[in-house]
Amino acid sequence: VNKQYSFPTQGGETRPSRCPDNSAFKQQKLPAWKPQLTIATVLPSFFLTGAFCLAVGVCLILVSACLFLSQIDYSDKCSDCSKLRENSSNWNKECYCSVNFTLKEDILGDVFMYYGLQNFYQNHRRYVISRSDAQLLGRNVNRSYCAPFTTYRNGTPMAPCGAIANSMFNDTIDLFYNLNSSAIQVPVLKTGNSWWTDKNVKFRNPKSYNLSSAFAGTARPPYWHKPVYLLDEEDERNNGYVNEDLIIWMRVSAFATFRNLYRRVKRIRQFADGLPAGNYTFRISYNFPVTKFKGRKHVILSTVVWSGGSNPFLGIAYVVSGTAATLTGFVITAIHLKLRKKKTYFQK
Amino acid sequence: MGCAVILFPVLPILFIFLFFLQNNSIKTSKYNFFTFLPLNLFEQFQRIANAYFLFLLILQLIPQISSLAWFTTVVPLVLVLAVSGVKDAIDDFNRHKSDKHVNNRPVQVLINGMLKDEKWMNVQVGDIIKLENNNFVTADLLLLSSSEPHSLTYIETAELDGETNLKVKQALTVTAELGEDLQKLTEFNGEVKCEAPNNKLDKFTGTLTLRGEKYALDNEKMLLRGCTIRNTEWCFGLVIYAGPDTKLMQNSGKTTFKRTSIDRLMNVLVLVIFAFLALMCLILAIGNGIWEYDKGYYFQVYLPWAEGVNSASYSGFLMFWSYVIILNTVVPISLYVSVEIIRLGNSFYIDWDRKMYYPLNDTPAQARTTTLNEELGQIKYIFSDKTGTLTQNIMCFNKCSINGKSYGMLSTCLILRKVDFSYNQLADPKFAFYDHSLVEAVKLSDVPTHRFFRLLSLCHTVMPEEKKEGNLVYQAQSPDEGALVTAARNFGFVFRARTPETITIVEMGETKIYKLLAILDFNNVRKRMSVIVRSPEGDLTLYCKGADTILYELLHSSCDTLKEETTEHLNEFAGEGLRTLVVAYKNLDEDYFQEWIRRHHEASTALEGREDKLSELYEEIEKDLMLLGATAIEDKLQDGVPQTIETLAKANIKIWVLTGDKQETAMNIGYSCNLLNDDMEDVFIIEGSTSDDVLNELRKKMKPDSFLDSDEINIQFEKSSKKPKIIPDEQANGVYGLVITGHSLAYALEGNLELELVRTACLCKVVICCRVTPLQKAQVVELVKKYKKAVTLAIGDGANDVSMIKTAHIGVGISGQEGMQAVLSSDFSFAQFRYLQRLLLVHGRWSYIRMCKFLKYFFYKNFAFTLVHFWYGFFSGFSAQTVYDEWFITLYNLVYTSLPVLGMSLFDQDVDDRWSMLFPQLYVPGQQNLYFNKTVFVKCMLQGIYSSLILFFIPYGAMYNTMRSDGKAIADYQSFALMAQTCLLIVVSVQIGLDTSYWTVVNQFFIWGSLSVYFAITFTMYSDGMYLIFTASFPFIGTARNTLSQPNVWLAIFLSITLCVLPVVGFRFLKAQLKPTPSDKIPSWQSQVPTRRLRRTSTRRSGYAFSHQHGFGALIMSGRNMRPKSPFATTGTFSPNSDKHKHKGL
Repeated sequence: VNKQYSFPTQGGETRPSRCPDNSAFKQQKLPAWKPQLTIATVLPSFFLTGAFCLAVGVCLILVSACLFLSQIDYSDKCSDCSKLRENSSNWNKECYCSVNFTLKEDILGDVFMYYGLQNFYQNHRRYVISRSDAQLLGRNVNRSYCAPFTTYRNGTPMAPCGAIANSMFNDTIDLFYNLNSSAIQVPVLKTGNSWWTDKNVKFRNPKSYNLSSAFAGTARPPYWHKPVYLLDEEDERNNGYVNEDLIIWMRVSAFATFRNLYRRVKRIRQFADGLPAGNYTFRISYNFPVTKFKGRKHVILSTVVWSGGSNPFLGIAYVVSGTAATLTGFVITAIHLKLRKKKTYFQK
Repeated sequence: MGCAVILFPVLPILFIFLFFLQNNSIKTSKYNFFTFLPLNLFEQFQRIANAYFLFLLILQLIPQISSLAWFTTVVPLVLVLAVSGVKDAIDDFNRHKSDKHVNNRPVQVLINGMLKDEKWMNVQVGDIIKLENNNFVTADLLLLSSSEPHSLTYIETAELDGETNLKVKQALTVTAELGEDLQKLTEFNGEVKCEAPNNKLDKFTGTLTLRGEKYALDNEKMLLRGCTIRNTEWCFGLVIYAGPDTKLMQNSGKTTFKRTSIDRLMNVLVLVIFAFLALMCLILAIGNGIWEYDKGYYFQVYLPWAEGVNSASYSGFLMFWSYVIILNTVVPISLYVSVEIIRLGNSFYIDWDRKMYYPLNDTPAQARTTTLNEELGQIKYIFSDKTGTLTQNIMCFNKCSINGKSYGMLSTCLILRKVDFSYNQLADPKFAFYDHSLVEAVKLSDVPTHRFFRLLSLCHTVMPEEKKEGNLVYQAQSPDEGALVTAARNFGFVFRARTPETITIVEMGETKIYKLLAILDFNNVRKRMSVIVRSPEGDLTLYCKGADTILYELLHSSCDTLKEETTEHLNEFAGEGLRTLVVAYKNLDEDYFQEWIRRHHEASTALEGREDKLSELYEEIEKDLMLLGATAIEDKLQDGVPQTIETLAKANIKIWVLTGDKQETAMNIGYSCNLLNDDMEDVFIIEGSTSDDVLNELRKKMKPDSFLDSDEINIQFEKSSKKPKIIPDEQANGVYGLVITGHSLAYALEGNLELELVRTACLCKVVICCRVTPLQKAQVVELVKKYKKAVTLAIGDGANDVSMIKTAHIGVGISGQEGMQAVLSSDFSFAQFRYLQRLLLVHGRWSYIRMCKFLKYFFYKNFAFTLVHFWYGFFSGFSAQTVYDEWFITLYNLVYTSLPVLGMSLFDQDVDDRWSMLFPQLYVPGQQNLYFNKTVFVKCMLQGIYSSLILFFIPYGAMYNTMRSDGKAIADYQSFALMAQTCLLIVVSVQIGLDTSYWTVVNQFFIWGSLSVYFAITFTMYSDGMYLIFTASFPFIGTARNTLSQPNVWLAIFLSITLCVLPVVGFRFLKAQLKPTPSDKIPSWQSQVPTRRLRRTSTRRSGYAFSHQHGFGALIMSGRNMRPKSPFATTGTFSPNSDKHKHKGL
């Protein structure tokens, strides 16, 4: 008769027993740590976190108080130039504009110069993808994601291609220190402003005996004034795709308002300790039109500390969270004590 | 060859055609080698989730819409399809195997005058097949002939209806003549007309036309598939229904795909999420329209609109679909796969559990369906079969009271030494008794004791079988009788053989032949049976055994003192849940008896009112009996049944017993396993036989006013008659039990009474339905499913439980017993009823909690993950720009977060198994669906939204208009993406850490491993090498190095974690303090270990323990079932003058 089960050791024939293994895993008896939310773990976590957050918050606020930051909106101040740029047929007319400002005290340490753009949607999806990393690596690319700035109608490819490169910020900003009615140009560094990986890995010029031949057969992007191999004629290592202004621009921002590092003050001569107090002028060659889309342009001077640039957000957020955590800790203590009292009351 | 035409009244031609093709094979598998791929893929894409992802994939191929790379959808989809495909393939392979096993069983078929071994599947309608003793019946057969006299065939129908007593089938005389003669059988040429295949087990109508003559066929001539041939050397049968047409298969009902309530909830939630998704996309699309109109239009200097886009609204329309792609991760495809994996894992634990392994027949528990685990944690109603499920179906002679003296101890006290029966060579070695004083009494030839056992060996309808000398096997109609006769046998009164007129007894080693003069058989009214015998010494004696209530009325007045003593013992026995019988005797006067037997003969040949006349005669002679004592039989419960039932009851689970047995037996078991007890206010018995009676009985039972029209539930029901009705739980004003018979149940299940039955029954703590058919069992389950929003479980062991097992949300089969039918259609199977508590309270509870925790966490993590995109939309011109790296999006659900949550859902234990068994109330939240429901889901969603806000705005605030500590810009898109995704990943990892309450090595490994893998993969993907090789795929080069080295990035990450996690910690702690769930209370309970003691203080008198059928009495007296020659016992001991009485009964 077909009986599925039989005694394991009957009739000499020993079938392997179907008894499950006695392993901790199979019997769900694995040794385990069983943490529980008890008053002894919850309260310390609240108070310790609270204390830590408060300390960090206060520290951040104190540190950022030592920061220097000066932000100048020059889109209005250069309204003549902006008007000129609104008409694209004037693209090859130069336009300069100066912005004066005064430093009441010396700024010590490294001083960084940024340009800031507002309302410029560098994070728009179609903008973000409109680039060719392979091209920027110096490779020959047939297929690219650069639409709509890939080639000209006659088939000449743009170098570099894509909306990002085409819209590269091309104002030139020079800083002058007005000392005794003579304007001294503040020496600045053009290089060392970008990430090492970008400069050395992500961007490479096409290989050729010289740069202009490397870019032969390509054309500059429509909005550019000069081809890519003329971006920095003075420094071979800052020209072409590895030009740091280009590299920095190509690292698109996460938000529509952003600043990019433009120049660093070179600490020599009277600027060895930073910027001395006095009157300064920004001389701006205004090329980059923003008025059409209500964008604004800024030029910013700033120093940094260990926690980065000036941004009060983290400090305040830490102080607020720390306070909230500590207060919650007290509330929990109160509730716990009240409940315990109640419990003991009932137990009596 | 044997030829029979089988005709059905309806559509004869078609049926003939079909049924000649119909062979006996059964097919439950779905695919074969070639159809697997197309069919399986087709099926998989019928699932809404998979179809949805296919749709997404198509969306992604449209360049204007595509906002994510194709691999973000393809990789998960292919993985999901592959995993499900492999699982389906394995399942189907197993089905093929089991089909093959059943289909390939051997059977002897008559082909061209020869018996040939054939496989089951090749048997066809119209074939004549030969079955031998202990064979399973191959198909539904018309019995033609058998080895036994009068072509009787004994069958056991345990697989069909759960009854293990033997049933007799008899062939038509005209076919019985065929005998074993293969030639005649081959020439047999008849035509059978029968009804179309149906599922009625107890009915068959048809005609056999043979040589122009018609013979009526009924159920008595049918052997049904699923039965087992017993006590019959061979028999021949004609196949009437084969394969799927057999009554067994027709009865097994359709296999419906069972889904758990969490499944259904999940589907609703997924729809809700889709709606939510559509809403978000709509908002973002409108936002995009406005942005493009207001800003984008002017920004075209630098970013011209995409080709073909000429208006802001069209751009908005495209963006809607782009956002559908980006935000689709709120319903991640991995949800379904993970759920399946978790269920599978938790099923394996059931298979592996040693505490559910039954060593006696080497049977481990088995989760046959791997998709229902968490439902085990939500059971509210258990429907249990009795025989073989609660009981072992073994009757044990345990105690007796002889002449005012009580003997015997319960077999549960195992320390006692068994009585040594070695003095008796014919003793049954399996019999155990623990009271030595009884043996002493027997050995001392105590007269009442001898008379007691003599009675037991004479007064019964058991058939002996002695194939080898001394190896006696009793075939009893009811196991009780068998137990009594076996007891007598062991104590030295061996019932050895019977002829129609004699009974051979070996009394203390001495063979005696009693002349059997009359059997006054059992029936339901009389509740007793008697025999009248003449001893070898010539004394005429009537021996009677029966229910105490009946028999006490018939006793002689001289036994009054003995009656009192015996009553005391009876109460004691009944209190222990034993089934008792009272035995009595009477010496008869020769003259009176001769006169009586004459009248008896007259009455038994009377044509009118035979029954009445006979019972009058019986009553006349069965009076003034002398009390001998009482027997107590233990209907052996399986081990631990009362404890299990008690525990389950504490877990707020209602237990309904549905049994084919008769009312007394069922109630008896109800008492002995603590379902019913004397603490109950009342036990209602409903046995009305008309619809009105049943209605009245139901109405008057409980809460009489609740059936008035003014009752609010009634009003509510009249109002909303179309909606699916759910009866709310009502509270009874006490503890009640309900017993209802199958007959009444038939009325109660009719339309208008249904509701009242459910309400009354659900008010009772325990419901016992007796004498119910398999179909009724299913109907009862269906009834509760229909009116109660509760999860039901059916447990049984026989084929009669199959329909109920399939109907209930969860079916459990008791394996290791004779039949496998129940197991084969069950979802879970194990060997002992007591394992049910472990299955539910431990495995079910864990599975449920794990599943709920999993779903909570899973929805949370995906909301937190996806909604960040939503917030970013407001800052990126609604351009469907993602916050994270595309690779992160691809890997988030598959790699970074899948293992920790799987680890939790496979290993988590809020309390260990010991405590969940000790505190059954821990089970209650599952029944009430407390751990995952719509409210909980909304909470998860809110938590997810909160987290996403933190995860977006903290990095945003920390980066906005600031720079790195070396002056370089930090707020670039890639750094922001990296920061946001790092925050997110650490936050969800901490969250899973908070949710995990049982940190095994595996959990530690998974959680820490996932975090490490995240950093490892990130650094690898953002490395120089990867960029130089796959320039287009990994543009994030250097981001990790440059960003994660900044202190303010880490400060922002720390702040996000704190803000996401600390409120959760506080909230959980306060919730546990203010509104503790049962598992929160465990620590305080652990101090007070409960003392468990089982009370059994029933003073109830148990009923007469017989099978509910007529005995074999008539059959014995007719001599029809006697073999011409009994090989051993009759030889030599047969007294020659017994020939006189031959054929008396015929």
